[in-house]
Amino acid sequence: MPVKLVYRGKEYEANAGSTVRDAVRKIGLQPETVLAVLDGKLITDDTVLREGMQIRLVAVISGGAG
Amino acid sequence: MKCRKCGGAAVINMRQHKLALCAEDYLAWLPEQVQRSIEKYEMFSPADKVLVAVSGGKDSLGLWDILARLGYQADGLYIGLGIHGGFGYSDQSRALSQAFAGARGLKLHIVEVEAAYGATIPELAVISNRGHGRPCSVCGLNKRYIMNRVAHDGGYTALVTGHNLDDEVAVLMQNTLNWAGGYLARQAPVLAATRPGLARKAKPLCRIYEREMAAYAIVRGIDYIYDECPHAVGSTTLYYKELLNQLEEKRPGAKLQFYLSFLQAKEAGLFSAAASEPDLHACQRCGQPTTAPGECSFCRLWDKVRAVKGLPTRLPASMLQPHVETEP
Ligand code: SF4
Ligand SMILES: [Zn+2]
Ligand SMILES: [Zn+2]
Repeated sequence: MPVKLVYRGKEYEANAGSTVRDAVRKIGLQPETVLAVLDGKLITDDTVLREGMQIRLVAVISGGAG
Repeated sequence: MKCRKCGGAAVINMRQHKLALCAEDYLAWLPEQVQRSIEKYEMFSPADKVLVAVSGGKDSLGLWDILARLGYQADGLYIGLGIHGGFGYSDQSRALSQAFAGARGLKLHIVEVEAAYGATIPELAVISNRGHGRPCSVCGLNKRYIMNRVAHDGGYTALVTGHNLDDEVAVLMQNTLNWAGGYLARQAPVLAATRPGLARKAKPLCRIYEREMAAYAIVRGIDYIYDECPHAVGSTTLYYKELLNQLEEKRPGAKLQFYLSFLQAKEAGLFSAAASEPDLHACQRCGQPTTAPGECSFCRLWDKVRAVKGLPTRLPASMLQPHVETEP
């Protein structure tokens, strides 16, 4: 089972053994702009991905002209 | 990664502070930081009656939660803009704000722009032909007016908004690139009341990263509106936030440094030549302070739009006082 990342309703695959931070970069996002949630809990981005993990990436940026 | 305070599993690593914390210690740490800003910039005290502008987003709901936890008397104000955007943005954000207030027994004032004045914000933008296809300028004008009005009528002494560090730095960047001296001189964590009887304006989250507020909402279990206002997509603010995050990625702490050194430079008088107290007087119609001669831009905007919609113009004074629903 591969590792799954879900961001804004879209699914991405990532490699087990890499960190959340690297996986986030690999799908073209800035690590600074997302938070990773595993089973409803926030995890730090140095967490190493393991087979079968499903990670939800939450965008932290919002807002328009005010 | 381990929590620096207790050695437990960290939920957030803040490179800018070289600090990783577990859920429990994070929930204690963030309100302390907000309290420090409130004191440092003399925003308000426990004796103040505080009005928090809430949008249903993570920043404003998180701020309200923190102020309540810190023991401030803070009521909320939700302004219904009538923005749909294909997913009921305004309806959803109102429902989330109401649910948040209800669950905590906090007092929420609600003003629906359409019910109070006769048009939604997107309609207002189209009819008045302002803002080059974006409703943000009329939206900002209405929000500022209604916030001041409700604060004034409700006897609030401080009006606070959920602007975070990233919001402030995005504006700072834009103003710096334009060397907009007047704007730079006025950008501040707290603005004194411009007239007696008016509320002070404060941004208690001005030193808190947007990422830290999102993390707080998640860890604290605050249900907030995840999708942003549909009109924010493609805005210059978002563009500058992206640029600044690229900088932050290479140099953790760069955003905070930019903001704090700006405040220091201002304190040292770097922008004092550009600082000018706007010449305010009372609008002839509604009495709110304005720089425009005669009637304020809010009154003039609504006159024009109500005329186009065939509604009676010359809003009676009673209507200029927005209808405010209050719960619980
Ligand atoms: S992005 Fe939306 S809420 Fe913000 S100013 Fe524009 S219309 Fe108003
Ligand atoms: Zn801890
Ligand atoms: Zn007026």
